[in-house]
Amino acid sequence: MAIRVTPVEDGDGPLNPSRRELIKRGGLVVAFIWLSGPMRAWGMAETARIDQGQPQFAPNAFVRVGNDGSVQLVMPSIEMGQGAYTGQATLLAEELDVGLDQITVEHAPPNRKLYSNPMLGEQATGGSTTIRYCWSTLRNAGAAARYLLVSAAAQHWKVDPSQCTVARGVVTHAPSGRTLRYAELADAAAQVTPPDKAPLKSPSDFQLIGKPLRRVDTPGKVDGSLPFGIDIRVPGMKVATVQACPTFGGRLVSVDDTRARAVPGVLAVVKLDNAVAVIGEHFWAARQGLDALDIHWDRGANGKLTTEQLFKDLAEASEHGTPIVGRDVGHVDGVSGKLVSATYQLPMLAHATMEPINTVVHVRPDACEIWVGSQVPARCVDVATKITGLPAERIVVHNQYMGGGFGRRLFEDSVEQAVAIAKQVDYPVKVIWTREEDIAQDRYRPAYYDRISSTLDGQGKPVAWTHRTTGASVLATFAPSAMGKNGLDPDLVECAADLPYEMPNMRVEWVRHDMPSGLAVGWWRGVGSTHNVFVVESFVDELAHAAGKDPVAFRKSMLGDNPRALAVLELATQKAGWGQGALPPRHGRGVALAAPFGSYLCVVVDVEVSPQGEISLRRAVTAVDCGMVVNPNTVEAQIQGGLVFGWSAALYSGITLKDGAVEQRNFNDYRVMRLNQTPPMEVHIVHSKEQPGGIGETATVMAMPSLLNAVFAATGVRLRTLPIDRSALVSDNNALKAALSAATPLDIPSDVASVARMLV
Amino acid sequence: MIVLSINGQDSQVEVPEDMPLLWVLRDVIGLTGTKFGCGIAQCGACTVHLDGQPVRSCVLPVSGAINKKITTIEGIGATDIGKRMQQAWLGIEVAQCGYCQSGQIMSATALLAQTPQPTDTDIDRAMSGNLCRCGTYVRIRAAIKQAATGQITLPQTIA
Repeated sequence: MAIRVTPVEDGDGPLNPSRRELIKRGGLVVAFIWLSGPMRAWGMAETARIDQGQPQFAPNAFVRVGNDGSVQLVMPSIEMGQGAYTGQATLLAEELDVGLDQITVEHAPPNRKLYSNPMLGEQATGGSTTIRYCWSTLRNAGAAARYLLVSAAAQHWKVDPSQCTVARGVVTHAPSGRTLRYAELADAAAQVTPPDKAPLKSPSDFQLIGKPLRRVDTPGKVDGSLPFGIDIRVPGMKVATVQACPTFGGRLVSVDDTRARAVPGVLAVVKLDNAVAVIGEHFWAARQGLDALDIHWDRGANGKLTTEQLFKDLAEASEHGTPIVGRDVGHVDGVSGKLVSATYQLPMLAHATMEPINTVVHVRPDACEIWVGSQVPARCVDVATKITGLPAERIVVHNQYMGGGFGRRLFEDSVEQAVAIAKQVDYPVKVIWTREEDIAQDRYRPAYYDRISSTLDGQGKPVAWTHRTTGASVLATFAPSAMGKNGLDPDLVECAADLPYEMPNMRVEWVRHDMPSGLAVGWWRGVGSTHNVFVVESFVDELAHAAGKDPVAFRKSMLGDNPRALAVLELATQKAGWGQGALPPRHGRGVALAAPFGSYLCVVVDVEVSPQGEISLRRAVTAVDCGMVVNPNTVEAQIQGGLVFGWSAALYSGITLKDGAVEQRNFNDYRVMRLNQTPPMEVHIVHSKEQPGGIGETATVMAMPSLLNAVFAATGVRLRTLPIDRSALVSDNNALKAALSAATPLDIPSDVASVARMLV
Repeated sequence: MIVLSINGQDSQVEVPEDMPLLWVLRDVIGLTGTKFGCGIAQCGACTVHLDGQPVRSCVLPVSGAINKKITTIEGIGATDIGKRMQQAWLGIEVAQCGYCQSGQIMSATALLAQTPQPTDTDIDRAMSGNLCRCGTYVRIRAAIKQAATGQITLPQTIA
């Protein structure tokens, strides 16, 4: 399906004096100029320039060709590690016929008209959508620019454009042997009338797409030169750190800042409704000042909230709440056979991006300038408008590279807070959250409570399937208009309502049970699919066991006409050596199969579980069919990293509440996987001519069930609650006791030790 | 006044003696390649070298760095091992978001300086203090081995 690049309206007026003033005063690295006059086709609404006064050919929102030979590509999706900049640049460069070594990439400014993601209805990066929505759009944009440049050359030579070829930004007229560089054509190309649609290359002619090209963003990531948001320094800037009320929905009553103000380097203490910030000459002064505050909170309605209460409420809602149907096929009631039922429980999760939350803000009487790494840059403008009262055109947001996103930076709460802090002082402020604040004030992946059952016929084949999930909706606050007419949040039943398997009778439903007011929920890598595929694929394993069948053969028997799912299942299990020889005792091999985000994946994991209940991952084999591949190196990296992200959560991660506050503080008690725990991983990519599917979140989706199914194979213990409770896996209490007494306290993380002590 | 030797250059700073080196580097001197991740020596993002030894600068008082040679990610490429490590990192395309990679490269470089041909166990020991949320661990291991053997193989790219 080819999407035509549609003309974009000119939403901004001419560069007015006040804006020009703003640009000058901001000393912006990237200045935006707003072109006046009648609109050009191909989205000639706006251009971005590195240096003032440097003429550029800017045929659309994504391509800039300078008459100095520079080629700048503007990236509609942000870069948080997932490889979006390389993928997007590849799509543009392919059709523009330039090399990735000839271009530079630019962060897109906030501009919903130019840079909205049509799959999300917002200028947002998430949901593994980038390549899917850019596949046609950016190739069209590159092709359009190439068409104009070639036309300019042809007009100059007075030849037919079809006689011209392009390679690496040089147009050649083969019959006469003449050549012109894009740099020489930029000015003339700007005068050429754009076509309705420029022709696209046939995939067989691709020079860049499909090749493992080097990433465009990594050279500056190995020598410390690439700035993240937290690295931004502007003249006169001070540094702040902040503490919000530890209970959700609580308020600040009063603060005694006498000791904080005595800390050398502390400049100001700023009060917000629900938080206190200390501003210092540097982070260390601010941090010491914050620690020296004596804060009195009104802990609010959630002041006694506990995790136990949350899950009790979820179970209650699952039993007595009103379900919204996500899928209803055939008749699940009255099907006779062997009924298998199970209940699964998933915890709240934090994101813990390596780069802690931060924002640089300068609020002036007539303008507000923000430097931040955000997955939703336009929403940062919205909150700054709200807090400052300034019109949107007086807000400038410079987006930045992100030290991880995973959905955390789809929320602009921290930007709103930073603007509120900066509004109270007359200098630029960089607000940095401590890791403790990052863990305690996240927008958490909600907890879920799932009841699932299936009826097996006489041959052990599932003939009925019911799945009721209960939990909060993220979409209801993130994009209320995207909710279904019947109140369904499609995210809650993603990969649950649309199984890869044949199921004659099936009902999938959701009971909406929002978290207590004030406890904000958020997207987390893999979103609904991560939750549902864990439940579904664990349960499919349970069914295979109940039917006395091999888990792979059992899945195969249900695939019916699903060749892409079958292909990845066969490829992964064959590469992993499934069924070839018995594994040693306490070793197990687990499989998971699913089709998240328009891609098909099968993951096979080998584990060993010690008599003391410790899990060691030994190997992981993935087969993936994500349609046409833009960069196989990125696909492999996202599978490797996505698995680690999901396994981390399954093995260790869970946010718990006590007296209304998050109990976890830092990486010591919100643990994540380390290098020594990471197994070798193989990634096998299926050659495909299908439309591109998503990739960034897919492996996280697969990680949890494949691991838990392997643990079951190793131990016979089916774990239905995450994170994994190692005490359920202990086969030898004496061995655990001996190991504990032999170890020094430093060898054992405190949370593990406390669990272990209870056991022995 | 404290004098620090950073990447072969002396810098004079007026800071409290108990201020962690990390914040002196980042907020006072302006060397922002060294990253803040946890503040309690749990993640390794702030790793720098002190006389060639890897240290977590988020918990190291600046007074502990006086009269020592401090090397940061901005200066590590000037050493042979550091340069090889950076090349291997790019060759294998280790980095995703890249935020932890300064610390990873500093830990890996210190390992190779001490143990030119590290085993998997050596790599586990030296690198398990550096967290990566993007999960680049398999490539980190591969890049260290590539830097150790000196065989640089870059992924295919256009001329």
